[in-house]
Formats: sequence, C-alpha cells, structure tokens
Amino acid sequence: MATEFKLPELGENIESGDLVRLLIKPGANIAEGQPVMELETDKAVVEVPSTVNGVVREVKVKEGQKVKVGAVIFTLEGGPAPAVEAPRRHEPVEHVSGQQAARLSFQLAMRAEGKTEEQALPPDQPFAAPPAFSMPVQLGKVAGTEQRDPAPAAPHVRRLARELGVDIHGVSGSGPGGRISEDDVKLHAKNALAAATAAAQAPRAVFVEPELPDFSKWGKTERVSMRGVRRKTAEHLRQAWNTIPHVTQQDRADITELEQLRGRFAPRAEEAGGKMTVTAIALKVCASALKVFPQFNASIDMGKEEIIYKQYINIGVAVDTDRGLLVPVIRDVDKKNIVELAAEMTQLSKKARDRKLSPEEMEGGTFTITNLGGIGGTGFSPIVNHPEVAILGLSRSRMEPEWVNNKFEPRLILPLSLSYDHRLIDGADAARFLRWIAEAFEQPFLLSVQG
Amino acid sequence: MTTNSNLRVAVIGGGPGGYAAAFLAADLGMKVTLIDPEVNPGGVCLYRGCIPSKALLHVAKLLEEAEQAKNWGVEFAAPKIDLTKLRGWKESVVKKLTGGLGQLSKQRAVTFIQGKAAFLNSTTLKVTKSAAGGEETLTFDRIVIATGSRPTVVPSLKIDSPRLMDSTGALDLADIPKTLLVIGGGYIGLELGSVYATLGTKVTCVEMMPGLLPGADRDLVLPLHKRLEKLFSAIFLNTTVKSLKDEKTGIRVTLDGADVKEKEQVFDRVLMSVGRRPNSEIPGLDKTKVKVNAKGFIEINEQRQTADPTIYAIGDVAGEPMLAHKAMHEGRTAVEAIAGHKVAFEPNAIPAVVFTDPEIAWAGLTETQAKEQGREIKVAKFPWAASGRAITLDRPEGLTKLLIDPKTERVLGVGICGPGAGELIAEGVLAIEMCALAADIGMTIHPHPTLSETMMEAAEIFYGQATDIYRPKK
Repeated sequence: MATEFKLPELGENIESGDLVRLLIKPGANIAEGQPVMELETDKAVVEVPSTVNGVVREVKVKEGQKVKVGAVIFTLEGGPAPAVEAPRRHEPVEHVSGQQAARLSFQLAMRAEGKTEEQALPPDQPFAAPPAFSMPVQLGKVAGTEQRDPAPAAPHVRRLARELGVDIHGVSGSGPGGRISEDDVKLHAKNALAAATAAAQAPRAVFVEPELPDFSKWGKTERVSMRGVRRKTAEHLRQAWNTIPHVTQQDRADITELEQLRGRFAPRAEEAGGKMTVTAIALKVCASALKVFPQFNASIDMGKEEIIYKQYINIGVAVDTDRGLLVPVIRDVDKKNIVELAAEMTQLSKKARDRKLSPEEMEGGTFTITNLGGIGGTGFSPIVNHPEVAILGLSRSRMEPEWVNNKFEPRLILPLSLSYDHRLIDGADAARFLRWIAEAFEQPFLLSVQG
Repeated sequence: MTTNSNLRVAVIGGGPGGYAAAFLAADLGMKVTLIDPEVNPGGVCLYRGCIPSKALLHVAKLLEEAEQAKNWGVEFAAPKIDLTKLRGWKESVVKKLTGGLGQLSKQRAVTFIQGKAAFLNSTTLKVTKSAAGGEETLTFDRIVIATGSRPTVVPSLKIDSPRLMDSTGALDLADIPKTLLVIGGGYIGLELGSVYATLGTKVTCVEMMPGLLPGADRDLVLPLHKRLEKLFSAIFLNTTVKSLKDEKTGIRVTLDGADVKEKEQVFDRVLMSVGRRPNSEIPGLDKTKVKVNAKGFIEINEQRQTADPTIYAIGDVAGEPMLAHKAMHEGRTAVEAIAGHKVAFEPNAIPAVVFTDPEIAWAGLTETQAKEQGREIKVAKFPWAASGRAITLDRPEGLTKLLIDPKTERVLGVGICGPGAGELIAEGVLAIEMCALAADIGMTIHPHPTLSETMMEAAEIFYGQATDIYRPKK
C-alpha cells in the first residue's frame, strides 16, 4: 500500500486551514522535515513539514483549497520506511519568511497564555531533520559562556525565555539588582506579541480598502493569493507610507577617484570573500554620517512624545530575491572596515537568496540603503523603512561632463536619493546630511577626519 | 515535553560527559550505544583522574593531620605505609564506582561496547571490539563525541624512561620514590605532588610562570603556596626544564631559572603535568563535516552540535575548561537538544576546584578577569582567622571572597581557599546562577559553627559590618 501523508494536528481548536502555497509536486523527492505547503489558519500561517521520506506519487490537494486535519495531502511511490512520528517542536528557524514569524508569534501567544505545548504548538519539522548549525562567534571556546555577560536570571528562567523565543538579554528585570523573574519573561513575550499583532492588524483596522471593480468585465484575469514576503512587504510599506510624512532629497556624488580606489582595493575584498561594491562603501559612508548626524539614527515614539536615539549603527540593505524584497541588517557597521562589510554583505545577500536568513538577521536596523544602480535609473524616491527615519537610495552612476578648472571634464557621477521622516528631520538637516555623504564619497579621507 | 523515542544515538567515550549523555538519552527513550575502550564506563575521571587522585589525597590529608596533631597534644608513631594495600584500596574505589556505572548502563538498557569507534560517514561507525573481538558497522541517527583528553607531552622532554611519568603513571603508585620532580605547577602537578610528598618523597616543583596555578587569583593561591613551601623540598617559579636524561640512578634534569642554584639535579622520578590536549584525532572524522580548530578542539555551537548536524561533541574534546562537571552538563544539553528540547549550554558559572591542602575553589568572575576586562567590581574578603570553625580546625590561613557588582550588588564571582573549599564553592555557584545579591547571602542564616559562615560574613563585609570583624568608624 502506498504511504499517505495526512495533514497532522495543527493545534488546539484548529480543524482546517487554507492552502496558501503548495511546495511539492508529483515525481519530486520529499524528505522528512521538508516543507510540504503553507497553510493559513485563522491564527497564523504555518509551514507544514513532511514526516515521510520518498517520491511523491500523487498530490491530492490544490492551492486555495480548504484542507482539514487528517485529509490526505499526497501519496508516495512504493512503501518507504515510515518516518519518526513525533514532530519536532520549536526548532531554530531555517526557512525564514513572514510565515515563520507568524508561527513564532503564535507559539509565543499560546505559551504566554499558559497553555501547554501539546495544546498550543503547531507541528513543526520532524525530529529526523537535524536543526541548522550556527557557529558561535568565538570558536573553540565554551559557547554561550564568553560572548556576553551572564543574564541576571536563574537557570529555569533562562530556559523559559529560550523556549518562548525571548532573548533573555533584552528582558528588563523587575527584581533587586535587575534580576529577571519568570513573570518578567512572560510579560516581555506578551508585549512583544501584542506589538507584533498591533503592527500587523492596525493598518487593516484603520485603512479601509476601496472596493474593486469587476475586472473580468474587460477581459480574462487570474487571482493568485498574495503570499509570504509579498504580503508582508505590502503591509509594512503601507504602514510606513501612512505613518511617515515623506520628503526625498536628491544629490550627486563625484566618485571618479573613489572608483579608481575601488578597483585597486577590490582584490582585498575578494580575498576576504566579498565584493567591493558601491553598496559596501556606502555602508561605511552612511555609518560615519549617522555618527555625525545622530537624528538620522533615531526613531519617534509619538505615544510618549519622545525621540529615541540609538547608540548603535545597524544598517539594513535591500536585497532583491526571487521571493521579493528582503532587508538583511548588518550590525555595528561603524565598527567594521569596508573589507569586512563587503564580505558580510556578500554573505547576507547569498543567505537572502538561499532563503537562509533568520528573522533576527532582518531586525534591529537603524537606517537602510537601497541600491538600484545595478539595474539603472537616474533617481527615485525610496520609502522609509519604519520605524527608521531615513533611507538612502543609490542609482546608476554614469560619466557626465562636469565643469572643473574652467573646462568640462568627464567625471563619474553617482545619483543619491535620501527619503526622510519630516516629523523628525527638517529639509536643511537632510540637505546637510546628504551633502556630507556626497563629500565623503568624493573625499574618503573625510571618513577618517570626521566620521 | 515530547521526546523522540525512536532515535538511535551513539556516544563515543564513556567518561562523565559520555555516560551522563548516554544515561539521559536512554531515560528519554532513545536507543543508546556507548562505546569505550574500558570494561565499564568511567573514563579518565574515574579510572585515572579525579577519583583515584582524590582517594590518595584523602590519605595524604590524614597523614598531614596526624603529623599536625602533635600541636594539639596527640602524638602518633611514624606511619607505616603498606603500598600494596594503599594501591589496592584506591583500585577498589575505582572498581566500585566504574562497576556501578556498568550496572546503571545495564539497568537503562544502554548497549555498552568495549572497543574503539571510527567514522565511516556522518551517521555510520565502524566499531572495533577490543574485548569480544571483531568489528561491527553500526548506523545511528545522532552521534555524540565525548573522547576527552590526554596528558600533554613536551616534545623536547620526551624520553623513553619508566622514571618519567604522566598523571596516569603517577596514580599507578609503583613506588614511593626518594625524590620527584614535578614539571608544571598546575592543579594536577600540585595534587599529585602533595600525595607523594606526604608519603615521604622529596618533591621539587618547577613552574614556567611567575606563580603556581596560573589563572587563579593570587590571594587564593598564597596560603597554598606557603604550605606547599613547607611540604615540598623546593618550588621554582619562572623556571623551565631544559633537558631530561635517563641515567642508571635516575633522571638527570637541567633546570633554567634565576632561583635555581643547582642547574643539574638527578631525580628518582619525574612527573610531567603541563596540561592536557583534546582527543580529536578520531579515525575517519575527516569523512564527516566536523571541524577541528587549531588547538585541536572540535568546534561546536551552543547546543554542542558540530558543523556536521548529526554529530555533537562534549567535554574536553570540545573546549576549555576541561572539567568533568562541565562535560556532564554539556552531555545533558546535547542530548536534550537531540530530543528537540529548546536548550543551550549557558551556565553563568563553572566552578573550578584544586584539591590540594588547603583546597582552592572559585566560580564565576575572578579578580584577574575583572582586571583584564577593566570591569569595576567590589571585592569583599573574609579571612578565616576570624572564623570560629577554622580556628577549631587549626586552619586560620583560609580566605573567602565575593566579587560583587557595585551597582546591582549582584554576586559575580566567588573565591575560596581553605580546607573544604571544594564543597563550600557550591553555594557560590548557586548564588551566581540564581543572581543572588550580596544581601541575599548575608541575610541567609548559615549554620554555626561552620566554614560556610564565611560566605555570609564576606557578604556582610560588603555592606560594611560583619559580626566577627570589627571595623572602627571613620
């Protein structure tokens, strides 16, 4: 008899879900732990992993269809060995997407409400799939003991935090000397969830979508569910656009000399496993500019009428992938040199394209760079990546005649577009900030003098 | 919490890390195979490390106290040492404990194979059975490497002589040599040197660094150093051994140090105790994705997982500090990670104990580390001269100190020197793990009269007032 894969239990009170995206097809090899499909329940979108190994013979469901728990999803050729039954619970995230984030929130919610895992957690990857390996920063040392100061929390509290997916170092302790209690961790998890839910739901609640006409009156149409990254991007950008009064400042930088330097030092970046791109250099330039102009490295808390200045510089870089726009964040950019930044950028872009980015790697940015120069264009108005307050867009640099020493000279010109949150930043500040960046591109020495 | 009952797990190495991992895995319902060259689990710790050395140190302490008893009005005749019986007792301790572990393996249905393992790939091992004979190829879902470490040999001092011993040889206790040179003033050298010295050997200890027990805070080492100066015939610091030469009457040693008057000396035996190195040269490891770093340690993540996702590594082979209790905790962490529990190896303190007399123990931050990190701390010291219990033991030289964060008043580190320090440190470890403030320790009633009160009084000193110490008001 052919082995069947049935939709497993998803959690308490969840009997069915909408099949958002099918990730298998007949004839394909499927391994335990490999995602079969994305299923949207009224609580969250979950990736359903296979618990069997083999070759898919027949797929019994279609995208868009409602699938009930226990329904046969696909059958396998022949009779392969049954896989480990017990599902793997809350493992480190491998494939990262909006769904994954939703699932984490879902787990958090259930745990914070005090439900048991058995009741609350949707099945994740099966046991037999070994979890992803992440190397500690300091190799060969006892991982987890040297990297950070010990968190002021008892061992069982630290474990609870880990189970809830809460970074214990981010929890503020209510006890004497900042000691973190179990309740502190639960409260932190609840707040994180509330914030996530509010962020996801607020625009929906406030923004009423205008009704759409019946497009089929004018010709054939196809409806495709807006899934994963696309939907997240749509929600996030709508919220950013609704919240932030945007202004875009334009400028140009003469990078003729920088281009020569870039060619000269490119081999060094290559040795370090990176590419000395304009983006890598822009990271360094922006980090220095953000130090000089701290209001661009801030966020606004309108609720409390406060400005939050960040004492760290983490810059997100927009990466175009086949799934859509992803923004991995490079941490402590001001503490790294261009070769290091180039190497890290190359690594993160690859991870983004290979779907290997973790949610943590896309969080915590204080500023964003988006470079469309590889494709072309003379300028554009990027949208600020809320809750940041500014974003720098780079376009295609080209040779242009410049009036130098009483004659026209061919110079390589890089167009710069800075969009900013006018609530915090005035036009004059933006013009100064962008001029500083343009000058730093023109005279990299400025980075050492002022940056 | 769910566990996976179907996983087949192999543990290579039956030391404390290995058997702790194997037993937990079995208790969680996994099918466990434990592979070790010895008859029973136990590893270096039980067969030729922690346990036999502690048995001998117990005897050493008795001999010392019998000697000291003169001061208290009790005099014994010179002790007669029956070396065969002493060795037999030590071996009976080892046998009892390792036999017990064998029993526990059976009760848990752990398949114990006496033999050696080689990797064929990430999930397959070729096991050569040393006792039963033959070879077997076995496949597992997960493999835990717990192969431990072995004594380091300085290549230039490697000579082929039965007089040159490592810690294993020293624990064999073949004889009581007239003279013994201990190369290396670390904990192994000092513990074994103490054993031989109390048995009547004239012990000379050389240490390359400017102090004994490099890494430990100097104020903790001082009382031990003073006592060892009397027990040993000589301690040479900043001194290296240039050469060893096997001769008829002993090993001729050339020493290089400012304080050394006789550069060439002959010793009946030489103990080389200059450190330990990881046993990461496992056959076939290159057929897996496991990475080994420049120091020979297997690289692991917080879950103790290697670069090869099906393989975990724990204990001495996976990094410093090379301590049995660290390995045991790692073994449990690795197995829990395998079971799918969300865990990480993240202790706030790993205690270190030197079982000399006096003992030295510390946990968490040390003063040396705080200084290196430029970290502001307050140190509260309680000298044992003010402890009633220490006086009754005639051991006033001890010291208990707390390292405290001045802002949060949290206890970040604890250091103790004195008899029983190894037992006393456990309270310090708990305090650090539970994020106790100095006030928590100070306001906890400690039994009187015990040495544990020194923890409480050190905490009181932090706040400026302690019962047994008078500080005039400024």
